[in-house]
Amino acid sequence: MHESFWQKLLKFYIPLALFILFLLFPFYWMFNTSLKPMKELYNLKLNPFYIHSPTLDNIKTLFFETIFFRWMYNTFFVAILSTVISLGASLLAAYAIQRLKFKTSGPTGLAIFFGYLIPPTILFIPLATIIFDLRLWDSLWSLVLTYPTFLIPFCTWLLMGYFKSIPKEMEECAMIDGASRLRVFWRIVIPLCLPGIFSAGIFAFTLSWNEFLYALAFISATESKTVPIGLVTELVRGDVYHWGPLMTGALLASVPVALVYSFFVEHYVAGLTGALKE
Amino acid sequence: MAKVILENISKHFVSKYSTEVIAVRDFSLEIEDKEFVVFVGPSGCGKTTTLRMIAGLEEITEGKIYIGDRLINRIPAKDRDIAMVFQNYALYPHMTVYDNLAFSLEMRKFSKEEINQRVREAADLLEISELLQRKPKQLSGGQRQRVAVGRTIVRKPQVFLFDEPLSNLDAKLRVQMRGELKKLHERLSSTIIYVTHDQVEAMTMGDRIVVMKDGLIQQVGKPLDLYFHPINKFVGGFIGSPTMNFIEAKLVASNHKLYVEADGMKLIVPVEKAQQLQGSINKKVTLGIRPQDLSKASSSVDGETFKAFVEIIEPIGNEIYLDVKAGRDSLIASVDPKTKVGPHEEILLQANLENIHLFDAGNEKTLL
Repeated sequence: MHESFWQKLLKFYIPLALFILFLLFPFYWMFNTSLKPMKELYNLKLNPFYIHSPTLDNIKTLFFETIFFRWMYNTFFVAILSTVISLGASLLAAYAIQRLKFKTSGPTGLAIFFGYLIPPTILFIPLATIIFDLRLWDSLWSLVLTYPTFLIPFCTWLLMGYFKSIPKEMEECAMIDGASRLRVFWRIVIPLCLPGIFSAGIFAFTLSWNEFLYALAFISATESKTVPIGLVTELVRGDVYHWGPLMTGALLASVPVALVYSFFVEHYVAGLTGALKE
Repeated sequence: MAKVILENISKHFVSKYSTEVIAVRDFSLEIEDKEFVVFVGPSGCGKTTTLRMIAGLEEITEGKIYIGDRLINRIPAKDRDIAMVFQNYALYPHMTVYDNLAFSLEMRKFSKEEINQRVREAADLLEISELLQRKPKQLSGGQRQRVAVGRTIVRKPQVFLFDEPLSNLDAKLRVQMRGELKKLHERLSSTIIYVTHDQVEAMTMGDRIVVMKDGLIQQVGKPLDLYFHPINKFVGGFIGSPTMNFIEAKLVASNHKLYVEADGMKLIVPVEKAQQLQGSINKKVTLGIRPQDLSKASSSVDGETFKAFVEIIEPIGNEIYLDVKAGRDSLIASVDPKTKVGPHEEILLQANLENIHLFDAGNEKTLL
């Protein structure tokens, strides 16, 4: 029996609407704040949900008084490179652990997992020494090289689960058909795992885009900063929060991530649920 | 096309808890060129493992395998010149039927024209020409099956391997594909090794059947040889449907005649069989009677009939299965559909004594 409209409204649409409201509120708040002049922000008598005298001053401040675009470029550079490196390494690692079944494949998988469990707040101290020894201090490469330390374990585990869902016979069949192991990987495994690879890639990209601790620890030159660090260190001067430009920056910084998600959302969901369509 | 020779093949696995599991022991078999050989047995008997060793998907622990004159133990799967159909078909879901068929030829660097010609040929043969541009998920079970077979024949390999290819199909389609595969074998006149757990499939398709259990070959032979002359109790019970009845009994001699005596029945052993049984007198034996060798008798004949109590009646159509109790033994009799019999009735059953089987109660080997 079909549910009536009212039942559907009560059970589905109203909870969904509340949930969406809750999720989108921060974006609304950022948007709202970014268009208000400083005076209005600190005036408690005005309705905070409404913009009384809209202004573009905050955007001007962000664009012309800081090097926001440089930070955006830096963030892209780091996020894309570390994602590519991590995906490449994880694809091979996950496949080897899942399919080649060498003697230590089980323990290797576990070790990678344990590696992921070490909190970055501890790991950044030894990593800082290494970065210093490599003379990569203040260089974007310090981030490109350290992000994979948490991205690779993460992607490897995600992809391992995905590889497991591919019937072994398909690969065996391809091998009997005359393909080498690498050929099988390239022609059969990768195309079938695209949803999984997409979701691992999106995760890796988002994690590196939002990363804060390593970027804060390893970068101090203004022109090498990523967006999260740049905004917080350059727009909070002493104890003065420049809320307007801060929120503008945060809003603009969330656009690429939102775009990436909406672009690949179908693959992404399929990847998470491990739905391999035969 | 080629002979396949397996010499003393064994396969040992090391299980998760580091205990050694022997999946196949000392398997020796010579498969003739163009022969259709079926490996049959219950699950876990090692039949699939043996097939996978021939395919090169499993390492061979001991022994040698030859295809043609070539020792293939160390040759990787891709160079063995074999083709295999898997139970779940293992079609490549992201490729069209055409690409599925063409894949192995592409890997072997055939020219575009040659690939096209061979794919069309195979598609015609299997009547899947109109499906070539579809993806596997748009096909029915039977069509997928055909594509899986087509993928093997485009390459014209020396040996075809089939791993339970019909078990995912519904009963009707299975019977149809059984016939088609047999016809295909005649047309291609190629060596086929076929694995199944279904004895009907084995009986209807195989030139020769290899019955396996616990990694050991029990018996190798033509279908009807296995049916009429099972070498042990296991083969007797495995081949034939419904299953052969087994009755714990004792061989006794009286008045120069030999009898099989069990609870509630005493059957006379035909003279020509009796001679082979002299050594087993007064020993415990297992009597095997196929359900088809039991029929309803109208009057009691000493040494041939026995009383049975009908518990369940299962009309099949061309025969009726009677689940009966004779003494403490439960038996199945497959009788003529015109037989008049009611449930919970006591009847007389007559055994066709020419076709009885006797097995040693200890080692279960045939005594006849």
